[in-house]
Amino acid sequence: MPAHPSLKPAVTVLFCGMLCSAWWLDRQRTRNHVAHPGEEQAALERFGFWMHDVAAEQGVDFVHQQVTLDPQIANVEPHVAAMGAAVAVADANRDGRPDLYFTNSAFGSDNALFVQQPDGTFRDLAQQAGVTGDNGDGEGASMAAVWADVDNDGDEDLYVTKWGYGQLLRNELVPTGQLTFTDVTQPAGLRRWMNSNSALWFDYDKDGLVDLYVAGYFPDELDLWHLKTTRIMQDSFEFATNGGHKVLWRNLGPDAQGNPRFEDVTERMHADSPRWTLALASADFDGDGWPDLYLANDYGPEELLRNVQGQRFELASVGLGEDSKSGMSVTLGDTRNAGRLDVYVTNICKNGYLYQGNNLRLNGLPDGGKLENVAADVVADCGWAWGAQFGDLDNDGWLDLYVVNGFVSADPERDYWYDMSLVATAAGNVFEDTRNWAPIGGKSLSGYERSRVLQSQHGRRYLDVAAAVGVTDLLDGRAVALADLWNRGVLDVIVANQKGPALIYRNDVAPGRDWIGFDLTGAASNRSAIGAQVTLRWSAQDGTEQVQTQIIEGGSGFCSQNDRRLHFGLGPGARVSQATILWPSGREQVLTAPQVGALHAVTEATP
Amino acid sequence: MSPAPAPVSVAAPARTGWRLPTIKAPYVFSSLITLILVVGQLKFGIVGGWERMGAALGTALAAELLLGRLLRGKYPNVLSAYITGNSVVILSKPAPGILWPYWLGALVAITSKYVLTYRGRHLWNPTNFSFCALLLIAPHSMSLLSHQWGNDVVTWFVLGLGLLVVQRAKLLHISGTYAVAFCLLAGVRSLLTGREWLTEIGPITGPMYMLLMFFMLTDPRTVVSTRRGRVIVVLIIALVEFGIRLLPQTNFRGLDVLLTGPPIFALGIVGPIALWLELRRQGAAPARAPQPAPAVA
Repeated sequence: MPAHPSLKPAVTVLFCGMLCSAWWLDRQRTRNHVAHPGEEQAALERFGFWMHDVAAEQGVDFVHQQVTLDPQIANVEPHVAAMGAAVAVADANRDGRPDLYFTNSAFGSDNALFVQQPDGTFRDLAQQAGVTGDNGDGEGASMAAVWADVDNDGDEDLYVTKWGYGQLLRNELVPTGQLTFTDVTQPAGLRRWMNSNSALWFDYDKDGLVDLYVAGYFPDELDLWHLKTTRIMQDSFEFATNGGHKVLWRNLGPDAQGNPRFEDVTERMHADSPRWTLALASADFDGDGWPDLYLANDYGPEELLRNVQGQRFELASVGLGEDSKSGMSVTLGDTRNAGRLDVYVTNICKNGYLYQGNNLRLNGLPDGGKLENVAADVVADCGWAWGAQFGDLDNDGWLDLYVVNGFVSADPERDYWYDMSLVATAAGNVFEDTRNWAPIGGKSLSGYERSRVLQSQHGRRYLDVAAAVGVTDLLDGRAVALADLWNRGVLDVIVANQKGPALIYRNDVAPGRDWIGFDLTGAASNRSAIGAQVTLRWSAQDGTEQVQTQIIEGGSGFCSQNDRRLHFGLGPGARVSQATILWPSGREQVLTAPQVGALHAVTEATP
Repeated sequence: MSPAPAPVSVAAPARTGWRLPTIKAPYVFSSLITLILVVGQLKFGIVGGWERMGAALGTALAAELLLGRLLRGKYPNVLSAYITGNSVVILSKPAPGILWPYWLGALVAITSKYVLTYRGRHLWNPTNFSFCALLLIAPHSMSLLSHQWGNDVVTWFVLGLGLLVVQRAKLLHISGTYAVAFCLLAGVRSLLTGREWLTEIGPITGPMYMLLMFFMLTDPRTVVSTRRGRVIVVLIIALVEFGIRLLPQTNFRGLDVLLTGPPIFALGIVGPIALWLELRRQGAAPARAPQPAPAVA
């Protein structure tokens, strides 16, 4: 075949077409993003919900204060210390209205317990309740908190995890009737210095008592205010294994004085990991009846620790090990209405520099499969993403996603990403030493990012509608929690921002969309019913049969905990056929045709 | 690349006794990139999905065969396309969930060899052109491998092997000059910026620079012909990269996109100009055969 040099002009045109195609395809990445700011009526009509911040008018005036660390690492402090804003929801005073606990971090600053008043406003009662967190030298800085009824006495106790000594605060509401807390860390055997950002309640051995899993981030031996070395960072950008220890404390039940007692069973249960864990979740992923542990690790791959009959944990080979990113948050949700819990882990994306992408892993484990990552488009790229939560924000019967993001918002004109890339590419022993990090000074690092509200399009894809439904803040979000704050049958959104004000997005949903809620109390299981799963079956208006599973979690997202009451959106004209409750004890309880539009209080049936 | 790579040997015969096996340079370089790919995948999962490899490699090979046959009347040696495809797989880190940067990146790379030519020679290293183009045209979708692969001895093994290969291919003067210049200029940047020297040197310990030094800078079809000329060109590349890396010290933000791949853009700017000048100087005379010809990335 002879050469056809005459074809070169045609090939040249094609070549230009290729470059144009690249440009066009690049623009297509924003097609699932509704960019224009919305108005309430239009949002209600088009998307079915509208949100606006009511924190100030409801009395929540909390502003997170960032901790100051050892001056030796001042060059990277804005980066290293950029965590600690957390929020956990619980009905602390058992009045049927969710209360909010926010952590603060600066020495001398107080955590806040906003107790909801009958008129729907909030009052900070942290001082008088004794839950200020004791942020200070020698005690450390609060990073997150999780609620659970540790002693099964009917009120919610609180564990505050820290860079420092974590605190177990026992709620004295029962039997005193007063919302006061006693620090029982020492008698409970939990006083240990850790540099932890995440803690989780779950009942790994199904003995009816919630156990505590605390994940170290920085190595335990570091006191970040009195450092003996500047080699405190990760020993690898991608596969770091010098993180803080993880500790599994088994709840032994109260002693004679009524103090909770815990035993460190980490070694026996093989529950440790050398990774830099930032977030935890627990559920029975493989359907064997035992709650497993899911670890989202910064600078490393995610880990699934399979619970083997409550006897030990095993690191599962389910395709996670080779996918190393910067796990920030882990949240669980039945994204396809398939009756099983999928996993969403946030990571980092920055145009031109780093596209790690969030992971949305469909759970195929019960079928002997893997956790398959199917994240794309707006689900995968949420900037420097932190906390995320699944919840049906528009009550249409499909779980939406709320993702907060942004790392360091300082001088908007000066960016640290290039400086970051210098050490990110370097060998681990360069990366590990903060002296090798360029001073961040007043530069921004993925700052001023807008939060994402990803509306499920019937489980097939997601549409980013944040701006259109009123979510326009550019704060450095860390933790996000969902709760029906005012018992209206909708999920509201609470956001804890780093160095910024807490936000409460009141959610208003278009009329005519049904919902149902469940408030569970364990009997043979732990009283908080942490680990209980509700599988709801209903007929949608168009006649299709729907099924959705939700779980009560003892912590989820990043440094956050949702209200324990489960909320199911149903869409208009729904008829619920049954709700099946799988309690942590293994017992199953079926509610037939529970009423729509109501919160059902259910206590575990005992034989 | 248009003609087949020149069949030069990598291993010179030993005078007596045991001899290193004689292997043609293109095969050595294609073997090296295969090794990087395999080790990187086994150790760090760098491929991130075999469909990516299929897209990049398949497109590169098919485009090479088709365009070679159509425009030059014969099926070309596909080793260079093989290296191009693998380079695209290893270096591309596009936005999650999209495959097109792999196949389109490979297609742009191979096609550029047939389109962006001057006096019968293509001016850009194909992979280099493709990355520069995509970073500029598709900034919301494209990024390069800009971080390390773990902190493992394997990384250093690959680095050592790569150095051995370029040494035996008599190309160490290119890679070596660049490495030395980079380190020295990192020292100057350290003085200018106040950053630690180790910080400024850091990037060269990452895998992106392995591919740059072992494949792109040494591409026989896009380097100038003389040893002295290559050393000068590579020094200029290092200098331009030095300048790009100083952009954050200025108040000018218009060129910040160059910071997403300083050495890639430096090569993309300097390499074609140098070659164009040489070809122009040589006039209508046939281009002097490059010496020695290892491979192209």
